[in-house]
Amino acid sequence: MAFLLKDLIKKQAPLASGHRMCAGCPAPVIVKQVLMSTDHPKVCTNATGCLEVATTIFPFTSWKVPWLHIAFENSAAAVSGVEAAYHGLANKGELPEDMKNAKFIAFGGDGGTYDIGIQALSGALERGHNMLYVCYDNEGYMNTGIQRSSATPIGANTTTTPVGSQSYGKREIRKDLLSIVVAHHIPYAATCAPHDWMDGMKKSQKAIETEGPAFLNYFSPCIPGWKIPADAWRKLSELAVKTCFWPLIEVENGKWSLTGESKRIADGKAEKVPAVEFMKNQGRFKHLFTQKKDDVLALIQADIDRSWDFYRKMAGY
Amino acid sequence: MSSGRFIAVDGADTAAFAMKQIDPDVVAAYPITPQTEIVMKFSEYVANGEVKTRYVTVESEHSAMSACVAAAAAGARAMTATAANGLALMWEILYIAASYRLPIIMGVANRALSGPINIHGDHSDAMGARDSGWVQLYSENNQEVYDNYIMALKIAEHKDVMLPVMVNQDGFITSHSVENVEPLTDEQVRDYIGKKPAHFKGLLTYGKPVTIGPLDLQDYYFEHKMQQHTAMQKVLPVIKEVQEDYFKKFNRKYEIIEKYKADDAEMVIVGMNSVMGTVKDLVDELREKGVKIGAIKPRVFRPFPKNEIADILKNFKAVAILDRADSFGSFAPLYAETLAAMYKFEKRPYIRSYIHGLGGRDTTMELLGTVANDLIKMKDSGEGHLSEAYLGVR
Repeated sequence: MAFLLKDLIKKQAPLASGHRMCAGCPAPVIVKQVLMSTDHPKVCTNATGCLEVATTIFPFTSWKVPWLHIAFENSAAAVSGVEAAYHGLANKGELPEDMKNAKFIAFGGDGGTYDIGIQALSGALERGHNMLYVCYDNEGYMNTGIQRSSATPIGANTTTTPVGSQSYGKREIRKDLLSIVVAHHIPYAATCAPHDWMDGMKKSQKAIETEGPAFLNYFSPCIPGWKIPADAWRKLSELAVKTCFWPLIEVENGKWSLTGESKRIADGKAEKVPAVEFMKNQGRFKHLFTQKKDDVLALIQADIDRSWDFYRKMAGY
Repeated sequence: MSSGRFIAVDGADTAAFAMKQIDPDVVAAYPITPQTEIVMKFSEYVANGEVKTRYVTVESEHSAMSACVAAAAAGARAMTATAANGLALMWEILYIAASYRLPIIMGVANRALSGPINIHGDHSDAMGARDSGWVQLYSENNQEVYDNYIMALKIAEHKDVMLPVMVNQDGFITSHSVENVEPLTDEQVRDYIGKKPAHFKGLLTYGKPVTIGPLDLQDYYFEHKMQQHTAMQKVLPVIKEVQEDYFKKFNRKYEIIEKYKADDAEMVIVGMNSVMGTVKDLVDELREKGVKIGAIKPRVFRPFPKNEIADILKNFKAVAILDRADSFGSFAPLYAETLAAMYKFEKRPYIRSYIHGLGGRDTTMELLGTVANDLIKMKDSGEGHLSEAYLGVR
């Protein structure tokens, strides 16, 4: 289904403005893309992180849907519990009539998903809860002050992989979370980038309406963490896709496909842009350019090429 | 009226049987010895359609407690069970369950914490969680396990309380020992626990979205912790009320602190859970020989019944406190808190700490006999007063 902006602006946003997210942060945009993609009643859980702390400073809340935060590593376990309560109450005829079509959505950052929360995520996916897990991936522990996570790319300068005389930043490649999730053989998993809101909302809608567990990995540029201007996320989201740093992927019942600009690149209808175009205006990679670390830049390009080849092959190219 | 019908079950199956009768909306649990029998038996009830519970077979105790918190926050009756390292893994979420004021019921088959790894009974697990904000009930035998489970629900869901409750029983010693238990009938339990109270609202309420678990900073956190403290202060009167009501309805009498042959005693042995069965046997034996000894069994450790225990103990000449857990570098938990409670009196009994039964070591009649001998010496001479002994350690 296509979404029309003229319809969307008439809907009540599920997240009220006035929260304390950084100016120019796309995470609230991601929340809106996900939650506004269907009209089901929704219950959300949230891992500890930027989105949680900045939207719910007591006695205020931005959330216009029922929302629960417990801790950092358990957003997936929490959503399991809410979904179980739904079924337990339904078994006894105690579920409120107007919640019968309710959907359950967990949010977590990359730290709470790739790292400390991966056990709870894996458990929830394996148990087959009817839920959607959304990771907003800003490639590091940004809320605690820009530490590296297993989603941080090679070469990034973070506070736990600082650039120094013996260090060019993070040395390890990113964890392929999508493949890990897909290995649970869940019905729906996809990657999204918020600048392509139509692609993101279509995937969100599918993910929410899928019976059983679904997963979205949303690219989420970070203003302070990546040391970029407050108006930069849209352009960087676009460049991440164009460079194949963040391909747009959809995996439905085990069938991989590419969507949006990624499909056009794979089909030969658009050019794959060199990685430096994505990296050159980000402060976290600045040292690679000022110190002329061409070998590291080559490593990054090689890693992107490797993963792009893998996803292309998975999608049947 | 009680049912008059007896079943022969071990403590773990007793817990599962009580859970079946309660028929919670959600159970989320993870297996760990010696709790396993509880979740195995409960799984059979689920498999045979004897409960309507949504059973979540989580991948860890951390997720078990997380799912229970979420289910309870969504307005469901949620239960789980664990032991030892499993309880330790839940530790972070225990505090959150209590601070969100969620009436979750959890059975604990008390077991020694690693390391070294040991699967047998002691109280190091529950004592490690004593400041988590949970109500802690302790059970000497299987009948008490059963009755504590049923009463726990009424205590947890009381409008003045709304706190999670932990029902403790000794791993293996109780959890794997078969005894006669007289359960209530299913109808009696159903009528007694009733429907979820009206203040039991949650996330699954349409049109009135609620935010649970926001960030609470310097301007509010302290007040919220104070509310938790206030709720805990209301627990003992509620337990009293629930126990009295339970007695009226089912003719089973429980007190916050059980006194056994203590009225005319000069000396008492104080302890919790299964060891108190052995202590009572010893008291019976010594009473026949004319020794004026009794037993005192706190059934509630959180909130600590400080005034009750102090008022009971103040008139004895000598008191032995049995702790099945150590507090390395300090006083053992029950001993420490009893000492603190007694401080308000100018005239206090001679008192001595005994740490016993760590890692499931048997606390035998012979060992307890040495405690009684110590008490007999101490009551006149004060010998051993305020000293700390390790019972039966080589």
